[in-house]
Amino acid sequence: MCVAFALVAVTACRQDMQDQPRYKPLAASDFFKDGASARPLVADTVARGQARLDSLLYTGKVDGVVVDQFPFPVTQAVLDRGQERFDIFCSPCHGPLGDGDGMVVRRGFRRPPSYHIDRLRDAPVGHFFDVMTNGFGAMQDYRAQVPVRDRWAIAAYIRALQLSQHATMADVPPAGRATLGRPASSGQESQR
Amino acid sequence: MSQIFTKNANTLARASLVAVVLAGGVFGWLIVAVPRSDYITRVDVPRPQPVPFSHKHHAGGMGIDCRYCHTTVETSGFANIPPTKTCMNCHSQLFTNAALLEPVRASFRNDTPLAWTRVHDLPDFVYFDHSIHVSKGVGCATCHGRVDQMPLMYKENTLQMEWCINCHRHPEEFLRPRDQVFNMQYQPPANQIELGRRLVKEYNVAGVQQITSCSTCHR
Ligand code: HEC
Ligand code: HEC
Ligand code: HEC
Ligand code: HEC
Ligand code: HEC
Ligand code: HEC
Repeated sequence: MCVAFALVAVTACRQDMQDQPRYKPLAASDFFKDGASARPLVADTVARGQARLDSLLYTGKVDGVVVDQFPFPVTQAVLDRGQERFDIFCSPCHGPLGDGDGMVVRRGFRRPPSYHIDRLRDAPVGHFFDVMTNGFGAMQDYRAQVPVRDRWAIAAYIRALQLSQHATMADVPPAGRATLGRPASSGQESQR
Repeated sequence: MSQIFTKNANTLARASLVAVVLAGGVFGWLIVAVPRSDYITRVDVPRPQPVPFSHKHHAGGMGIDCRYCHTTVETSGFANIPPTKTCMNCHSQLFTNAALLEPVRASFRNDTPLAWTRVHDLPDFVYFDHSIHVSKGVGCATCHGRVDQMPLMYKENTLQMEWCINCHRHPEEFLRPRDQVFNMQYQPPANQIELGRRLVKEYNVAGVQQITSCSTCHR
């Protein structure tokens, strides 16, 4: 019996393999003064091949002027990606339709303007990219959370949202007109 | 010289036979049960955190997508724990006076990271990768449980080898369509096995042989 208990007591006592002398991502370290194992980049470091020379792609501006064009062609795949990313990062405040009625706003966050006001409908797409990259008033920037190409995809999707909210009968192909306004049709977007 | 064994030694001997069998049984049971007990695996036990962050309020109540905070879960092995800045996206305006959130504000002011306590922690000799599971249709809830109902984070599953292998042997029992991976309310349909088999084909899931071989997880 003593041997049995000794065996039980001995199992899993050595943790050397469990906790090896390496760091998992974001693990703490007592070696560096700031307590973090991951080292921040030295200011102004540019990794090889990552110089951000394309000012259109990375800033949405050319010669300091906000652009009204996309740095790459907008395809259906880009729009789908934009919709997915918009729902993740923007809809908590701006709402799924971009009218500024998100869940966080209902809990007391400052209400953003609707995307469907004339000022924002006339704004160049570079403006949306710039707001995401640098923030705007009470809205923080999303530079760290959303990569560059996704930011453009979101901007493209916002344009699509704006069009959808201002669609008129003339935008509907003649074949589809008769089905609009019927109950249980899929014309949700054109109704609001 | 007196007898070494008295008469009742016979009874003792018989009793000890039974006792050995019993002790063996108890010992065997201990070996099997103790490592699986909640005391060892710490399943369902919330850990003390610097801020009582509630997934129930943020992911459940407000419906914020997991990827808003766990930004790299689709692209890398590590899911990412959000930096303080992410909290401040909202808490620069909300609950700005709450004492509860003082550690968050202090962390933002002083540029020092918040020290969260790890809840899920595999031994260092195991290799795990989120991106492959997410892209092959394993839902967050399959491994982490109903996170959207957890006021404080706890572990739903043991994360023991037995548990990983159980799925690697029969992935078709657990897979779901890719667009449902982040959906916490997803319920498997009645024809799960059928659907699972189809998804295994469609997503090109590696063969059982490959994902149950030791070097997949111990590399
Ligand atoms: C935490 C809430 C929140 C989130 C999330 C959020 N925003 Fe905003 N947004 C705001 C608020 C508040 C304003 C109004 C800011 C002000 O006027 O001070 C705003 C304003 C804007 C504006 C209008 C700027 C102008 O010219 O008036 C745009 C465009 C915008 N946001 C885009 C986005 C995009 C794109 C995302 C997703 C990547 C996003 N926002 C996510 C809160 C949010
Ligand atoms: C508002 C930001 C936010 C959102 C949204 C969010 N999380 Fe978290 N998550 C955190 C923070 C902060 C922690 C670390 C503190 C803790 O463990 O509670 C964490 C921890 C976790 C952990 C445990 C990590 C560990 O220590 O082992 C899991 C698992 C997790 N989250 C899953 C999810 C899932 C699944 C979703 C989507 C339903 C989600 N999270 C949505 C911020 C968030
Ligand atoms: C998208 C906006 C948003 C983000 C990002 C966010 N919060 Fe919150 N948080 C809220 C709102 C809104 C409430 C109020 C919840 C309610 O009333 O249900 C809240 C409430 C809280 C509370 C109060 C207790 C509770 O759960 O109600 C704590 C603590 C908290 N948040 C911590 C955090 C931490 C830590 C982070 C960063 C990982 C974070 N929050 C990120 C919006 C946010
Ligand atoms: C196949 C099972 C599985 C799935 C599916 C899964 N996780 Fe995990 N998760 C784990 C394991 C195992 C760990 C512990 C990893 C470690 O200790 O290195 C973990 C750790 C985490 C952590 C802590 C940080 C880290 O990466 O170590 C977070 C946050 C997290 N998961 C979030 C999520 C989210 C969000 C999803 C859904 C997209 C998800 N997980 C899907 C098994 C899973
Ligand atoms: C619910 C099902 C499920 C669970 C639980 C699960 N896995 Fe997986 N795992 C999968 C599937 C499906 C794949 C995809 C196989 C493929 O196609 O490569 C996979 C792939 C992997 C791979 C990559 C294989 C490769 O070829 O690169 C690793 C490593 C892995 N899993 C480790 C783990 C570990 C460690 C655990 C336990 C902590 C675990 N998994 C739990 C379903 C699961
Ligand atoms: C699907 C991933 C996976 C595969 C495949 C796998 N293991 Fe493991 N193994 C694990 C995990 C996860 C643990 C850690 C369990 C724990 O935390 O107690 C582990 C732990 C172990 C341990 C240590 C047990 C302990 O109590 O500390 C040994 C030994 C081991 N594995 C051997 C093997 C061998 C031999 C094979 C091949 C037949 C194998 N493993 C295949 C995931 C895997």
